[in-house]
Amino acid sequence: MSAVLSFDRVSAGYRGRVVLNDVSVAIEPGRVTGLVGPNGAGKTTLLRVALGLLEASQGEVCVLDRALRDWSREARARAIAYLPQNADAHWPVEAQRLVALGRMPHRTPFAPLSPEDTTAVDKALARCDAAQFVARRMDELSAGERARVLLARALATEAPILLVDEPAAHLDPVHQLRLMELLQEEAAQGAAVIVTLHDLALASRFCDEIVVLQSGRIVSQGVANVALSDRVLASAFGVTALKASALAQEQLPIIPWQRL
Amino acid sequence: MDGALQQKREKRFAANLVARFSRGHFAHASPITLALAALALAFAAISFLIGPAHLGAGELFSGLFASHGTSTIIAREIRLPRALLALVVGAALGASGAALQGLFRNPLADPGVTGVTSSAGFGAVIAMYFGFAAINPIVLPASAIAGALATSTILYFLSRSGAERTALILAGAAIASLATAMTALAMSLAPNPYAITEMVRWMMGSLKDCTLADLALATPPVALGIVILMASARSLDALTLGEEAAQSLGVDVHGERRRVVIGVALATGAATAAAGAVSFVGLVVPHLLRPFYGYEPARLIWPSALGGAVLVSAADIAVRLIAPDGQLLVGVMTAMIGAPFFIWLILRMRRET
Repeated sequence: MSAVLSFDRVSAGYRGRVVLNDVSVAIEPGRVTGLVGPNGAGKTTLLRVALGLLEASQGEVCVLDRALRDWSREARARAIAYLPQNADAHWPVEAQRLVALGRMPHRTPFAPLSPEDTTAVDKALARCDAAQFVARRMDELSAGERARVLLARALATEAPILLVDEPAAHLDPVHQLRLMELLQEEAAQGAAVIVTLHDLALASRFCDEIVVLQSGRIVSQGVANVALSDRVLASAFGVTALKASALAQEQLPIIPWQRL
Repeated sequence: MDGALQQKREKRFAANLVARFSRGHFAHASPITLALAALALAFAAISFLIGPAHLGAGELFSGLFASHGTSTIIAREIRLPRALLALVVGAALGASGAALQGLFRNPLADPGVTGVTSSAGFGAVIAMYFGFAAINPIVLPASAIAGALATSTILYFLSRSGAERTALILAGAAIASLATAMTALAMSLAPNPYAITEMVRWMMGSLKDCTLADLALATPPVALGIVILMASARSLDALTLGEEAAQSLGVDVHGERRRVVIGVALATGAATAAAGAVSFVGLVVPHLLRPFYGYEPARLIWPSALGGAVLVSAADIAVRLIAPDGQLLVGVMTAMIGAPFFIWLILRMRRET
């Protein structure tokens, strides 16, 4: 299948500091691509470049076979949905109204929600197990519930490409697992899902493909146990990893494994 | 077959849900908006009826439409401009406050707190007391708008470079004191002997002695400013999600900031040129109305304009009832309500975080 989002020798940075260095990667639809790497490796910057929030200083970004710079703001917003890191609502609006903001790229200004919009909003809320919150205000919800509503906002756009930045950070185990399942479901429906994760256990378990960034470069890429080899774990993360198969019974670490 | 049925059911469910919610919203908001509009008109009427000259309602209303006579002069040239200007000034400040709060995602933002009104006052004083306003009447509001624009542009750059919300308010407070000090300096140096005695009026704001000309000069820029703010309202909703998420939804965040800055400068600048620096209206009104409009910044702008008109009219009536000799300024009244409110807001925000 052809890539829906591709980086061709892209470099980017802030005020002369190079954060992404000669990155080439192609993201395919129907899969969850996990973007991992130590702090400051350039994971968020990669997403920002894909969104056009930061311009590449070199190289080319292509979205659905068209150069990113040829996209209008509105069309790009319909093609790529984005859930930023530490996303939250600055005003305690109703959950349903918040999710409806995800339909903004599809709407004409000052027109009411179309039937397609309301269907998409309700579907997104239902997918995120947040349908029961529709009439609740964001400040009446717990952090985990808010995270689900905010993810629903991104899903409501129904974009072919979904970028999610460190969504698992503040979630309890059960919601982390649910979130990863949701991203898998999105991919199964044909979306290209890119998710940055610090939790390598989640990444290796739920991502179809792992891209490891270190100091702005892609150092490894592939299915989890290939991309996260002992060598990569040591050089990129400075850790050794226990692989579950190698453990003796009494050493087993506790890893939240399945939702109940 | 089953899937189609399911989908149909889901759709119907969705339609019902939305119908219920939109009804719910209008049931909430629309009567309140109407009530605000009615209240603004009622206060304007009351404002028209009170004043030092003892004239009955009948005399005043017939005076409005007569061609000459004392009651005509009082009705047309004193009472009417004052009543209407209170609405215009209040609407400008209310809408500006709502837009600034939405833009900065900060319930403490307001044209007064952030120094926009005091800078507008400084601009107006320069034009007024150094003879520039004599060149053409338009110079006065233009100069006030320029002052407002300068400060809102500074705020724009501060917020663009990522100033935190408290930092932004502190910077605004510094700008406000500087602008007030510069106004005092300008008035001390002004060749006009009455400048110093009129200083308080500019700094606190007053609707006393305003004329039809003031009203005619203030209304078009205020109306234009409010229209610009309303037109950019949709993007304020998206900013609820933060700037990057708003940008990912197709919002031109920088353009949006520019529009709000210009809208606020036009409305606040023109209002301040006419009435001086009336403070805290833009802080109090959006905050009180926000829960009735689902905390959504876009829906709040128009009601805040109406609410501002209500508050300034009410305050202007109150100052005349409390001190019929005209010694009490409307800005004193709004500050006496607004400043404690501001402190209460800060305390509440601290508790929340």
